[in-house]
This record gives sequence, structure tokens and C-alpha cells, in this order.
Amino acid sequence: MLGSFDAVLLARIQFAFTISFHFLFPAFTIGLASYLAVLNGLWLWTQKRRYLELFRYWVKIFALAFAMGVVSGIVMSYQFGTNWSVFSDKAGPVIGGPMAYEVLSAFFLEAGFLGIMLFGRDKVGPGLHMAACLAVAFGTFFSAFWIISVNSWMHTPAGFEIDAATGQFLPLDFWQVVFNPSFPYRLMHTVTAAYLTTAFIVGGVAAWHLLKRRRSGYAATPATRTMFSMAMWMAVIVAPVQIFLGDLHGINTLEHQPAKVMAMEGHYESHPDGAPLYLFGIPNDETQRLDYALGIPKLSSLILKHDLNAPLAGLDTIPDADQPPVGIVFWAFRIMVALGFAMLGIGVWSLWARWRGRLYDAPWLHRAALAMAPSGLIAVLAGWVTTEVGRQPFTVYGLLRTANSAAPLDAPAVGATLVAFIVIYFTVFGAGTYYILRLMGHAPGAGEPRLKDASEGPVRAAGKTAAHGDKPERSGAAKAGG
Amino acid sequence: MSLVEGFSFDLTVIWAFVIAFAVLVYVILDGFDLGLGMLFALERKRGDRDVMMNSVAPVWDGNETWLVLGGGGLMAAFPLAYALILPALYMPIILMLLALIFRGVAFEFRWRAGGGVSRGAWDAAFIGGSALASLCQGIALGALLQGIEIDKAARSYAGGWWDWLTPFSLTVGVAVMVGYMLLGATWLVMKTSGELQERMRTRAWPLGVVTVVFIGVISLWTPFLQEGYYARWFGGWHIGLAAGVGLAVLAIAALMFRSLTIHRHEYWPFALALALFTLCFVGLGVSMFPYVVPTEITIWEAAAPKLSQQFLLVGAVFLIPIILGYTAYAYWVFRGKVDPDSGYH
Repeated sequence: MLGSFDAVLLARIQFAFTISFHFLFPAFTIGLASYLAVLNGLWLWTQKRRYLELFRYWVKIFALAFAMGVVSGIVMSYQFGTNWSVFSDKAGPVIGGPMAYEVLSAFFLEAGFLGIMLFGRDKVGPGLHMAACLAVAFGTFFSAFWIISVNSWMHTPAGFEIDAATGQFLPLDFWQVVFNPSFPYRLMHTVTAAYLTTAFIVGGVAAWHLLKRRRSGYAATPATRTMFSMAMWMAVIVAPVQIFLGDLHGINTLEHQPAKVMAMEGHYESHPDGAPLYLFGIPNDETQRLDYALGIPKLSSLILKHDLNAPLAGLDTIPDADQPPVGIVFWAFRIMVALGFAMLGIGVWSLWARWRGRLYDAPWLHRAALAMAPSGLIAVLAGWVTTEVGRQPFTVYGLLRTANSAAPLDAPAVGATLVAFIVIYFTVFGAGTYYILRLMGHAPGAGEPRLKDASEGPVRAAGKTAAHGDKPERSGAAKAGG
Repeated sequence: MSLVEGFSFDLTVIWAFVIAFAVLVYVILDGFDLGLGMLFALERKRGDRDVMMNSVAPVWDGNETWLVLGGGGLMAAFPLAYALILPALYMPIILMLLALIFRGVAFEFRWRAGGGVSRGAWDAAFIGGSALASLCQGIALGALLQGIEIDKAARSYAGGWWDWLTPFSLTVGVAVMVGYMLLGATWLVMKTSGELQERMRTRAWPLGVVTVVFIGVISLWTPFLQEGYYARWFGGWHIGLAAGVGLAVLAIAALMFRSLTIHRHEYWPFALALALFTLCFVGLGVSMFPYVVPTEITIWEAAAPKLSQQFLLVGAVFLIPIILGYTAYAYWVFRGKVDPDSGYH
């Protein structure tokens, strides 16, 4: 009853599910690792207590998120073989190397120094501990570098030839493979997205505690204020950069994968003298039309070609068999862009509040920041859906079809494991998310217990158990100079 | 008199050794780590469990990274083997991955669970995940050794999705569980003190006996799975090699038992258990070489083109020693007995 098509579809759903779930963790931890390194550096440099408090607060959350990223990532390294064995055999000679470099240069670095970062401050001293924090932060970046390179190669393959006998992609020039045409754009866009994701989570948590303190009539802790301020600076600086990078990435995509951009824009028809920017519409693949379209004339040509009257081809120039599904790409793209502009809006709003001297006393800004806490995660997923679904029906763009990439598995086998993945991921990572939210529910401040609660060290809860409230925070603030 | 006809030492052979090395390091590092997870079931006291978990908390993540390197390296250097083996071992691999999720998150979640039922649930996840991952790894090894059905022309796995399940693969699965528990028990002899250490000492030697029995059974069973193995071990002068390996296993086992019970060493039992695993691994290599899919596909048939091998080898030669260096440093930082009061609170 279930033919081979169903096995492929199930394998696609499985990969989409496991990779999406997995990516939520690195999207958060790439930025968080850098944030922790900055916090630790600021603590060592300024000796202001609040930075140490914030480090201790976020490192616990980092440990949880990182562990979930690791275990869901191990799954990914085997999914290529279990579910996409034909793709692995064919593309392995080209992308296997960069993927192994990710393990060698990133995973080991992160894993090797994570233990020292989490538990080693007293064992190795502040200098080496700082080095461990930096090693973890750089590890997350190297990881992004290699895996984004591999992913970009699947979109814009370069530096290879195809073996006539086996159908394998054989490398000719690894420089071209690694630095393929879409790689620099995708890497910058993805890493920046990770920073924004972290900034909005941190900002959202800070906003929650600002609101909570305000309601109970207390002043917020210095740590909470610092956290909110840092997150909002990130928003105001990084969000516009990200919009600019996204535009560059889009222009690069237009050059190499025009069909994807047509789907993103909802351009079924070619527009010989200036294409409209559709803000809304219901893509209809049957009639090859955008129903209920609402658009701004010529704006799409202006954005993509920087010329109001530049012609833009539509999906009518692409054979049906080579078209991506328009609806998903069209909507995922709009969700991502809308969230990007909303992030910019929060950034600008915070700047205004800061200028007015009301950054910590702006409940509506705090409510908005709280609502936007998960916006980075959603935007990142929407962005990946846009680019990956937009690459369909190919795994290696234009050269290897998804339908010809899957492992020779029976549909029931893939279906059974898919159900197992869904049930287990929601249970296990649901529990992990609950623990993270519970940690976030406590405000950072003095008495922030460390991961390793050793008996020595400058701050310890033991012996002053009654003083967990406001008192030590005020002394911390006084010491920090207000 | 070479073991393998037409052998030539080239990049492909180097890569076979690099991958084999990664798998060996994985087996001995995550081996004690998974074994410790299974021994959790026998230690009911919370304090003891905390100490056990803290003995690996700073390093478990690095240990599992070698598994990723084994998989990633196989895809890079022997893509055809990766594409044939993983679909053939689909079920044990996926189950292993799911099991590793449970035990991996337990390291963090257990300290965040309030206590009572939820802590018990994560302890159970740690035990069950460790046991299932170990069993699946052994099954995968057994299933690979017994051979997988392939369509060489189509470069594709041609068997069904239950082919891996045989008495042999299950035997290897159980053997790996017991062997990992031996590694875990000797690790804890090294890392703990007092009553917990004493219990691990008394657990280690029966585990050692059962491990050696399993080694014997599997060593005698393997040559009868495929003709190639038989010739490799029992053909002509090779029988002398087989006898030598057998004697070496017995000698190491004897030293380990003396070290555990008579000399009451702390570090040597673990070192000798590692030696036992290494020896088994070398024996396994002797059986399989030069096949990567026994006895269908040789390493040369599955190898990636030379340029791919060179590209990665530059990094491997440079980075693997560095990785070993800082991994050793991390172990050094957390050396000695586990402080019962340190770790998460």
C-alpha cells in the first residue's frame, strides 16, 4: 500500500522534524556562548558583581540547552546515512570532508572545554577559565562555519565534477567547495540570526523580571537591568545589520536559485517591466496564480535589482517538475521578514526609551520585549524553511533530486522511527524547555548559586541563607558603583 | 606471507586506521561512561549516584564526540560504506541514537528535577538509555560482522529491515553491555573511595569473568560466520596468531584480577580493562581487514577519491593530536577522586 514515494516523503518529514528541533538549540547557544564569554570577560575586567551573577545565571541555562543540542545533533550526523544513503554516497566525497572538519575543529573544542567552563573556575584559575569560555564560543562559530558551508554547497554546488560511472560528485577544488557562491551570505545571515535569537531571549527574560519587580513594587536588580540594556543594544545594532545581510543574501539567491526567489515573492508570472512586491496573497499552485494579491507595484524589482523597471522572470519560465512548493516558501519568508522588522522596531523603541532615560521604567516596551522573546527562534525556523523548501525538488540544487537521494528503506520502518522521534523529542526536549523556563523564572542577582557550589570563592550562599532577597543586591550595586 | 593479498600502503589504509582509531577511542571512552550508567541501577543511594555521575559529568560530551567523528569520518573517507552500512543497521542505529538522547540529557536534567518522581524518572532514563545504547552498539557490530546483503551494481543495501537481528548479533550486544560495565566498574574503582569503591571492586571481577567468557565465545563463533574469517584465523600459520591473541587476552585478564583483588590497585584495573578492549578491537580489525563491509566491499572499493582523502587528512593529522592533548588536559583537570560535595547543587 505504501509505495516508495511515501518512504521518501516520510524521510523528508523526519529530517525536517529532527533538523528543525535540533537547530533551535544551536540558534540559541551560538549567541549565548559569546554572551557568556563577554560576561565573564567583563567580570574579570571590571570586577562588577552583576556580570558574575549574570554569567552564573546564564551558564546553567546554557548547560541545559547545549546538552539538548549535542544529543539532537548526534542524531543528525547519522540521519544522512540512515535516511539519505544515496545522497551520502553521491555527495560524500565532496561534503564529507567539510562535515568531518566540523567535528574536528568545533565539536571537540566545545566538548573539551565545556567541562572546564561549567565546573573548572576554581580548578584552573580565572585566566584559563576565560580561555575555556572563549574556546566554547569559537567552537560554536567554527561549527556554524563548516555546516553552513556544506548546506550552501547543496544550494550552490561548485568545485566538483560528476563521475559518469557511479554518479558521485567528485571534488576538483576544495577551496571552491567550501567557499561556494552562497556560503558567505548564508553564514553571515545565520550567525547574525543566532545573535539576534539570543538577544531577544535574554531581553525577554529581563523584561519579565522588570515587569515582575515593578508589579511587586521593588526596584529591579542591577543584573536584570544590565541584561536588558545589553539585549536592547544588540537589538538596535544587529537587527538593521541583519536586514541588510538578508537583502544581500536574497540578491545572491536571485542570481543562483531564481526559482526560490520567485516562490518567495509569489511571482508566478514574469514581469517584463518591473515586478510588484506582494505583501499578501494566497499562492495557488493549481492555477499558477496568487489569489487575493495585494502588492506594491515595481517594489520587488527595486529591492532585487535596484531598478524600478527591471524585468523579473516568474515561475512560468520554470518547468513544473523543477518548481518548489510556493505556498510554504511564500509564507515562511513573510513570517521571517515580518519578525525581522518587528525586532528592528523593538530596537528603535528601546533607543527612544533609553534617550528619555526610561529604559527600565517602560512597561509597554517590556511587555513587547517579552512577547518577542521567542521571535528569533521562530524567525530562524521560518528562514530555514524558506531556503530549504525553496531548494526543492532537489537536494543538490539542479543536479540531484530529493526523490533520488533517499535510502532504500521500507515506509513502515521510516514511519515507525518518525513516530518515535516525535514522541521522544516532545517529551524529552519539552521537559528540558520546562527546566529552562523554570530557571528563567528566578531573577538573577546576588546569591545566584553557581553550578559548582564549592566551599571557597568570593560569593557563596552558604552561611547567609537568610539574605537572598534585596539586601545583598543593593550592596552589590553599591560596590559596582550604582 | 602478508595477511592480505595485494596489499599496498596508501591513503585509503591510513584512513582506515584513522577511522578505526576514532571508533576505538569512542568505545573505551564512552564505554566506561555507558557502563557507569548501567551500574547506576545497582547503586540505590542518592549520594553514591551523585558521585558516579559527577565522575563523568565534565567529560561525557567529549566522549560522545568520537562517535560523531566515527560517523562523519566514515562518510568523508568511505562514503559507499556509510551509505551501505547505515540503512542495513537502521533500527539498531536509530534506537541507539534515541537511547543516547535519554542518557545525555539525564546528566543535566537530573539536577534540575525537583526530586522524588521526576528525579527517579531521569535516573531511569540514564540507566535505560545507557543499557539500550550499549546493546545496540553491540548488535550493530555483530550485524556488520555477520555480513549484510548488498546490491553491488546499484551501490545499495538490498536486505530487509530486520536482517540485523540474529542470535549472533544479540550475543555481541549482551557482550558489549557486560564489557562496558567492566570498564565502568574499574573506572569507578579509580575515581571513588570508601564503600562505593569497595562495591565496585567486588563487582568488577565477576564482570571481568563474564567479559572474558564472551570474548571466547564470540572469537570462536566469528570464524564460522564467513569463510574469509575462518581462513584469516585458522588457515595455515595464522592459527599461531589466533593462539597468541587468545593467550594475550587470558594474560591481561589474569593481571587484571590480581590487580583488583590481591594488589588492590586503584588505577591498574581500569588500564588493564582498556588493554583488554584494545586487544579485542585489534582482533576485530584482523578479522575484517581489508573489508569495510565484510566480506563484500573492501576499503579501496568504498574509498572517496584521493583529493577528498587528502583534504581531510591535512586537518586530521594536525587536529587529532591537538584534540587528544586538550582532552587529556580536561581529564587531568578533573583527575583524582570525585569530591562528593562538588558538582551541581
